[in-house]
Amino acid sequence: MTEMEFKEKLSKLESIINEHKNQQGALMPVLNETQELFGYLPEEAQKRISEELDISMAEIYGVATFYSRFTLKPRGKHTIGVCLGTACYVKNAQEIIDRIKKEIKISAGETTDDGLFTLEATRCIGCCGLAPVMTVGEDVYGKIVPEDVTDIIKKYQG
Amino acid sequence: MEMYRSHVMVCRGTGCTSSNSEQIVKNFEELLKQHGLENEVVVERTGCFGLCALGPIVIIYPEASFYSLVKPEDVEEIVNEHLIKGRVVKRLLYAETIENDTIKSIDDVDFYKKQVRIALRNCGVINPENIDEYIAFDGYKALEKVLTGMKPTEVIDTIKKSGLRGRGGGGFPTGTKWEFAAKSQADQKYVLCNADEGDPGAFMDRSVLEGDPHAVIEAMTIAAYAIGSSQGYVYVRAEYPIAVKRLAIAISQAREYGLLGQNIMGTDFNFDLEIRLGAGAFVCGEETALIASIEGERGMPRPRPPFPAVKGLFGKPTILNNVETYANIPQIINNGAEWFAAMGTEKSKGTKVFALGGKINNTGLVEVPMGTTMREVIFEIGGGIPNGKKFKAAQTGGPSGGCIPMEHIDVPIDYDNLIALGSMMGSGGLIVMDEDNCMVDIARFFLDFTVDESCGKCTPCREGTKRMLDILEKIVEGKGQEGDIEKLETLANTIKNSALCGLGQTAPNPVLSTLKYFRDEYEAHIYDKKCPAGVCQGLAKYTIIEDKCKGCGICAKQCPVTAISGKPKTPYIIEHEKCAKCGVCLEKCPFGAIIKA
Ligand SMILES: Cc1cc2nc3c(=O)[nH]c(=O)nc-3n(C[C@H](O)[C@H](O)[C@H](O)COP(=O)(O)O)c2cc1C
Ligand code: SF4
Ligand code: SF4
Ligand code: SF4
Ligand code: FES
Ligand code: FES
Repeated sequence: MTEMEFKEKLSKLESIINEHKNQQGALMPVLNETQELFGYLPEEAQKRISEELDISMAEIYGVATFYSRFTLKPRGKHTIGVCLGTACYVKNAQEIIDRIKKEIKISAGETTDDGLFTLEATRCIGCCGLAPVMTVGEDVYGKIVPEDVTDIIKKYQG
Repeated sequence: MEMYRSHVMVCRGTGCTSSNSEQIVKNFEELLKQHGLENEVVVERTGCFGLCALGPIVIIYPEASFYSLVKPEDVEEIVNEHLIKGRVVKRLLYAETIENDTIKSIDDVDFYKKQVRIALRNCGVINPENIDEYIAFDGYKALEKVLTGMKPTEVIDTIKKSGLRGRGGGGFPTGTKWEFAAKSQADQKYVLCNADEGDPGAFMDRSVLEGDPHAVIEAMTIAAYAIGSSQGYVYVRAEYPIAVKRLAIAISQAREYGLLGQNIMGTDFNFDLEIRLGAGAFVCGEETALIASIEGERGMPRPRPPFPAVKGLFGKPTILNNVETYANIPQIINNGAEWFAAMGTEKSKGTKVFALGGKINNTGLVEVPMGTTMREVIFEIGGGIPNGKKFKAAQTGGPSGGCIPMEHIDVPIDYDNLIALGSMMGSGGLIVMDEDNCMVDIARFFLDFTVDESCGKCTPCREGTKRMLDILEKIVEGKGQEGDIEKLETLANTIKNSALCGLGQTAPNPVLSTLKYFRDEYEAHIYDKKCPAGVCQGLAKYTIIEDKCKGCGICAKQCPVTAISGKPKTPYIIEHEKCAKCGVCLEKCPFGAIIKA
């Protein structure tokens, strides 16, 4: 994200905050939309939220770290999610994630040095009928075997 | 609504969407336009049909032809043959619907025959983004009946008489819950819907929201009338974007039609709904944690009492029900309490939706009357176990539940029978395991889940589950010791009795239940250092088969701990004490001479 883009997003944040300001329990919707907007919760954004919703930085930090969807660091361009829900686990999802770890040389929760991929172990995404399942961004891949991993990842390396 | 000669229903549930059903919709639309048929044939995007394993699925009415595993490039043939020439494309029909060259109705195939669809009634039948279709299928009729002819107490009595119990896990009687909240006096009360669906392996709530969102809106409005509330919230997982989008569309359409907002249906009753997104914390499915999360705090459970019916969201009386629970409400109002209570067992009425997953042929969603046996669900509806493998156990109740082995497979499913077996209904995830699954590893998997999801507020759960996990990890790594099973049992009982919320109180269940039915597997791991299912890496034994080994030496070069030795052209040997069980040698041997046992 360039500085320009970042500034633009900060002004969008302004309207997100204004939209929810008068709601009871505004913090969660604001954080959810901020996460969506930036891909993480930048400190600058947290500061603005703190000022305008009149919630202390400590409290925002507490909430932000409690929920696994919120991240304090930027993510890679593509987030690879491997479902480790029960239906996928009993169908060898562990081997899928192990293969991906080998392939892009990072562990779950990490981002590759080139900023291309973030790897996450996720819970059920509701596609259990297609287990085991992995996602790259919004794309869902079902009924995969470890050998499929290389080709799937290649699609996003171009 | 306009009249069309044919309706093409394309599944846009999550499963089929991920196998490209949107492209199928687009191809249909384009080809129909090319042939000038867009005013005769309509293409609808629907929710899940249940048979996700065979998706993408397309059903064409009025013939009700059930096409499965449809690819975007098949659309042309369907348009040319079926929609233009009136000839069903047999090669794409769901094989079970073809018998001796005649085509059976979908209601007669094994997967659907024993199902009774109440909560899933409209899923796959209507376009969920069009309120007129919901209305055409008796939608909002129950709300009208309630607002124009029933007193709140009559509504509550009907729900009580129906015997409906909560579908989100606990099975608490819904009518009784509403009655508590109705009796609390306050200037504001809240109606909440739990769509957090935390059980990893259950997706019925998602399917109802994606396939029939108005049913939930209608039911929450009825609940609001019954308890005297004017504001509701639906708490949905952020991981369910399609569900969130469809629900948002449904809410705005309902507002436009005067079915939400001020003076609903011209009466003086007001009610409105907001969506709140969860952010990936399993514990937020627990009612007091969910309330804390809507209030904008960390989703930590709060001690009860006070119960939410007295002091809930923002300190006001509140009811919380699960999506599937709500989906039953309009039907009960329309058809009467007796109709509903006639289905099921003595203490569990109506139907239950199960998400069939794991080692089963027909993975997907099914809805069966309470009292159906596990055998019917798994072997008849679910089509049994793939690849000729043997059934080992079915896990219900997710991380709070337990497993049901073959010897209890003929038990009729209801809340009380499952508890008696050491499992629970839970939200309806039903994961089938075959002989290749290790029950100790499954127990470890669930404990790993609860340790990860424990909110940390109370010590028994925070520390106790971690200690249980440590022991289980040791056992699967082959470092189990005498006394470990007893330690697990003691810890389990302490946690069950002293944890603050349901997460901790039920976390030991998967361990206790696998210990009850598969103690021999634990013992094999601990005493014989063997994993009978061959799953646990730490217990695997890599061996070189003498006859097959060509003595090429590749394995020895690759082994990271130099556990393999030998002379060229003679069989190599693995030193088991040194082997780190990495599996590299097995992968690299060009002659398939290494086995894992
Ligand atoms: C740790 C934990 C997680 C839960 N997760 C869910 C959930 O994801 N969905 C749900 O409907 N109920 C869940 N429940 C049950 C709810 O607390 C509550 O009982 C239920 O939503 C009430 O609705 P019902 O009576 O219609 O089932 C959970 C309970 C616990 C203790
Ligand atoms: S039992 Fe576990 S999840 Fe529940 S309050 Fe205690 S620590 Fe939190
Ligand atoms: S790689 Fe296979 S064939 Fe070659 S020495 Fe090892 S076991 Fe024998
Ligand atoms: S499994 Fe790994 S450590 Fe063991 S012998 Fe083979 S290569 Fe060596
Ligand atoms: S368990 Fe993986 S999608 Fe449900
Ligand atoms: S998602 Fe299409 S049948 Fe389930």
